[in-house]
Amino acid sequence: MNASPPIITAKQLQKHYGDYIAVDGIDFVIPRGKCFGFLGPNGAGKTTTLRMILGLTPLSGGQLSVFDLPIPERSRDIRARIGTVPQADNLDPDFTIVENLRMYARYFGLSLDDELEQRIDKLLEFAALSERRDAKTDTLSGGMQRRLTIARALINDPDLVILDEPTTGLDPQARHVIWSRMNELREQGKTLLLTTHYMEEAERLCDELVIMDHGKILDQGSPAELIKRHVEPEVIELRGCDTDTVNTIRDKVSECRMEHLGTSLYCYTHDSGPQLEYLRSEHDLTFMHRPAGLEDVFLKLTGRELRD
Amino acid sequence: MNYWQLPRIRRNAFAIWQRNVLVWKRLIGPAMVLNFGEPTLYLLGLGYGLGAFIGEMGDMSYIAFLASGIVASSAMTTASFEGMYSVFTRMVPQRTYEAIMATPTDIDDILAGEMLWCATKAVISGTAILIVALLLGVVQGWQALLVIPVVFLIGLCFAGPAIVMSSLASNYDFFNYYFVLVITPMFIVSGVFYPVTTLPELMQTFVQFLPLPHAVALTRPLVTGQEVVQPVLHIAVLSTYAIISYYIAVVMVRKKLLV
Repeated sequence: MNASPPIITAKQLQKHYGDYIAVDGIDFVIPRGKCFGFLGPNGAGKTTTLRMILGLTPLSGGQLSVFDLPIPERSRDIRARIGTVPQADNLDPDFTIVENLRMYARYFGLSLDDELEQRIDKLLEFAALSERRDAKTDTLSGGMQRRLTIARALINDPDLVILDEPTTGLDPQARHVIWSRMNELREQGKTLLLTTHYMEEAERLCDELVIMDHGKILDQGSPAELIKRHVEPEVIELRGCDTDTVNTIRDKVSECRMEHLGTSLYCYTHDSGPQLEYLRSEHDLTFMHRPAGLEDVFLKLTGRELRD
Repeated sequence: MNYWQLPRIRRNAFAIWQRNVLVWKRLIGPAMVLNFGEPTLYLLGLGYGLGAFIGEMGDMSYIAFLASGIVASSAMTTASFEGMYSVFTRMVPQRTYEAIMATPTDIDDILAGEMLWCATKAVISGTAILIVALLLGVVQGWQALLVIPVVFLIGLCFAGPAIVMSSLASNYDFFNYYFVLVITPMFIVSGVFYPVTTLPELMQTFVQFLPLPHAVALTRPLVTGQEVVQPVLHIAVLSTYAIISYYIAVVMVRKKLLV
């Protein structure tokens, strides 16, 4: 049991824009010292929820408290203890890397003394940017900009770090670097709050997560719990199937739940033995046998139609 | 969240000012060319060129009349430019405010800092003109130094409305309306080039509600060594414009960014 009080408590949190409901009365509790994820398709209400936590989006209804302080009354005090990594980098293009960090410290009301310079040196090391400290931000690659944004979010030594889709648009190498930095932060005891639509990211990083869609929370738990609760443990994925093949397989293969998406066929099952035996006998079929993951849960809960 | 809540300004406003100073220092060369070059050209060209035909304006040389008026109008244009093009850049395309708003520095502080900076730039340009005027032998006496705080106030007075324009703008072209419909007409009728008393009577009454004639009424006697008439009224008008426009700007920017 977690003895320390939760870091964020939301009750019946709502946000409306005219008739459009962005966040539809959600409840959640975010424990201290964990990595907590909001997983959902575009337009699910994840970013709106984060903005409400920062006191940047007025609530339409419900209650929200962060560090046991109420929103919006104490938003400024709350923001003093949060580090934010926004979805799109908004580094100051008029400044170099080190000036970006210094100025950001000033916005937190920190004075530019030796202690701060030492912290900046450490953060540059953490972000692997020490060599480039005097470079202008527009000369940096996407991955470097993201690392600098994360370093900037740590300038006030925050208790809570909010990351809105931290690896969207990055190449795989850069993404792995960000993940390892986030793990380091969690080991340092910081609470991380993350939104993502990358299942792999959520599965690797999050101790606990909520799946959101259309402004509602569909379910909440650890990745393993969610997988266990919603999908069969094993999946056989067949690729490049035309309608005839799909129909043949549907006839031949039984005792499994099937989902058809584009030219792929997914077979969810508790015991894959019999199905695999049949599939191996059909030499012209390409298939993949794997344990069920968060993506399967996500697609089951949020549906498979395209989102814009 | 009440958008109309009265603003509270904190120390953090100085961080915004500091940011802008730092950026400006980097571009000091071109900034100085503009600050000194433009008034020199104006004063030499119009002051001596036109002044040769005009001779005296009121009880002073035309170049003195012009220089003491341009100190005020350049504070207006400097603060207006900064409050529109630069503030809009930081507010919308560059997303600088978005980054700052994730810290304890909020919109009240950001806009207070921006207004301080607009006024600082007005002082820089006003001081440059004062130096040029001094070299041209127009400045009469030490009281001319009082122009510096006055120009700061003029900067605040025009920064607020410019920031309101930034909050309404969806692109840079929008500012043409404000320049063509407000700033330029005011520049022409406010006694910078000729005395307000030459305007038709109705117009004279109307221009008393504009801030620039009050600004000129302060800078002209201070530069040319005459007595300032009704200083309290002029300062009150400029301060009222500054305070009310700051409040409106804060409300407008809250409505734009806190959604």
